[in-house]
Amino acid sequence: MDMALKTARVALVGNPNSGKTALFNALTGAHQKVANYAGVTVERKEGLIRAASGRTMSVLDLPGTYSLRARSPDEEVTRDAVLGRLAGETPPDVVVCVADATNLRLVLRLILELRAVGRPMVLALNMYDIAQRQGLRIDLETLSAELGVPIITTVATRKRGIEDLIAAVEAKVEAAAVEGENRWSSPDSAALRHAAREAERIMKACVRPPERPDTLTGKIDSVLLHPVAGMAILFVLLFVMFQAVFSWAAPLMDGIEGAIGWIGGLVAALIPDQGGGGLIQSLIVDGIISGVGSVLVFLPQILILFLFIIALEDFGYMARAAFLMDKIMGGAGLHGRAFIPLLSSFACAIPGIMAARVIDSRRDRLTTILVAPLMTCSARIPVYTLIIAAFIPSRTVWGVVNLQGLVMFGLYAAGIVSALIVSLLIRKVFWRGAVEPFMMELPTYRLPDPKSVAFNLWLRAKIFINRAGRIILPLVILLWVLATFPYPPENATLPAIDYSFAGMIGRALEPIFAPIGFNWQMVIALIPGMAAREVAVAALGTTYAIADAENATGLLASTLSAQWSLATALSFLAWYIFAPQCVATLGVVKRETNSTKWTWIMIGYMFGLAYLASFVTYHVAVALGGG
Amino acid sequence: MSSAAIGQGVPLDGRGAHLIITVKEDARPLVRSPARVSLDLTDTIKLSQARRGDRGVIVQVGGHCHHKEHEVELERRLLELGFVEGAEVELLHEGLFGRDPIALKVDDMRVALRRREAASLIIRRVAA
Repeated sequence: MDMALKTARVALVGNPNSGKTALFNALTGAHQKVANYAGVTVERKEGLIRAASGRTMSVLDLPGTYSLRARSPDEEVTRDAVLGRLAGETPPDVVVCVADATNLRLVLRLILELRAVGRPMVLALNMYDIAQRQGLRIDLETLSAELGVPIITTVATRKRGIEDLIAAVEAKVEAAAVEGENRWSSPDSAALRHAAREAERIMKACVRPPERPDTLTGKIDSVLLHPVAGMAILFVLLFVMFQAVFSWAAPLMDGIEGAIGWIGGLVAALIPDQGGGGLIQSLIVDGIISGVGSVLVFLPQILILFLFIIALEDFGYMARAAFLMDKIMGGAGLHGRAFIPLLSSFACAIPGIMAARVIDSRRDRLTTILVAPLMTCSARIPVYTLIIAAFIPSRTVWGVVNLQGLVMFGLYAAGIVSALIVSLLIRKVFWRGAVEPFMMELPTYRLPDPKSVAFNLWLRAKIFINRAGRIILPLVILLWVLATFPYPPENATLPAIDYSFAGMIGRALEPIFAPIGFNWQMVIALIPGMAAREVAVAALGTTYAIADAENATGLLASTLSAQWSLATALSFLAWYIFAPQCVATLGVVKRETNSTKWTWIMIGYMFGLAYLASFVTYHVAVALGGG
Repeated sequence: MSSAAIGQGVPLDGRGAHLIITVKEDARPLVRSPARVSLDLTDTIKLSQARRGDRGVIVQVGGHCHHKEHEVELERRLLELGFVEGAEVELLHEGLFGRDPIALKVDDMRVALRRREAASLIIRRVAA
């Protein structure tokens, strides 16, 4: 009775948009773990099923695919998991193939392929309620006989058929002795044609076309994919999304900042600041709490952004957005799917880079990751507003436009345009002009299920906190060490940071930054500013000895406008468009690309661009009299 | 190819064509290589030339050039996404710029494609 002791392993396989993840959630509830597969950045979702019999089984939600002949890292994972080739994973005891009952043709071909693998299989005909509503008749007995697998009808969102599915899987586990031989090999086009014909034959034999086919999707598409109206709706939607990200998140962000300050104060009060205690207090309060806090503060924006993205994805709109934007993205050598990751990067590059996983092709994904940090993330806003308030007069130009607003707009535009140019160059230089095909299914529109949206949002939040936390923590400690040691001498006249390693590095780097108009205070501020871009504001406050600079921005602005020339200020803005002043982003890039080389390429090209842009800006401004 | 499929009027795919030819041998010149040749070329166009509202049946997937790896790969991907000889297609929507990409109905599902890739598909137009 070995089987009863061993936890049986179940793998969910299916086409994209088959409701596979909804079924996974229905099967496992909250008992799931999200991680990465060893060596690749493909999300590994595993959960536990507790059957009525008391048996527990572990379920793996494999990435959606149309074929075992993998074309992307995600699909390779699916193939290798099913074939039992995946490093560190045992092959599944039972494969559950999840099919959208209203869209069977392609999945039938996939089932034929899966059958060749020879693992015990169960077919879950999901969204069966929709099929019934459409009057779609499926002869389950014949279909089951044709495919040689048991069929269970399910409605994952309503948790219908789940018990039956678990029972069917259990039955397969118990009968596990009969395991066919693996006859699968990568099909060539003749084999694909043959399988497609076979699927067509089964379709004709078992499925009667719907009496009331879905016409809603076509009607919605005629508006949302209309060349002009569709574009207009997309831009209105984006506008609403950005309004939400920036206005709804503001009170929550203030709340988090307040809470972080309060916790910092509490810890400071608990740890005595005499002797060794002072150092520990400084490490925890100034280093860890404020460092991690400076990234956590973006959580509300990220969650609001993801709320929109998840809801629109579940509705079926994201594929349409990719369709509408494909020509524009394609002009820059990007995939239509790159649109969402780049959009997310306006809030924060970290979720943007993580969202690039939706792109099949490795090259397109890498290009998207490399340009995502050029999008103006919200951490740049405090820096931009400080410099603009200090140096750009608030007056009206061309009759209607506010000059400060115009500069802000220019900074955003510079980010977008440079991202498009850089991605074009990446394609020309690294990929030598190869173009990946753009082809994807436009799924049927479905009303998003609020519970599943909430669940996915919670999962995203957990992943962000987990990843960001793990990457940021060691880095903020490093930055704290640089900014704290060695201590200033007894009779110090300058701010303490000037005597620290950060100060030394800043002074050493000063000659490099002199040609772009930066003084040593600025260079020093750039070092703690690596923690997150908006930390530069506080760091400038430190180097100019202004306490609580983040709240006293007026004072800091007037100090800066007295100390810097206009050319220096503009040069600083240009620097912040491009420079990768965010260790958290670099850490995430390292993880997502799984490549030190590409991380350094990003660091190199972004600092290079920043220096070049600042140099040009500074000298043009000086020549025009702004020195 | 099953006789059922022929009976359903799903002709003219590369390999299936072979069967049809043998049936109608006297009516048409024999085509020696059945794999890559579409028979009836009247009113066939590349899918990339189709306009909004055009309907048709796919008669050929993949180009003739089978030496280039990416062409072979493209053909397989198209087949996997349901673009198979005999499938009915209808061009539903066109993008704003250069009428690209295009949204198609392929049998009973919807697929988006760039015209560049659609050039690998030949359809026989059917009156709407």
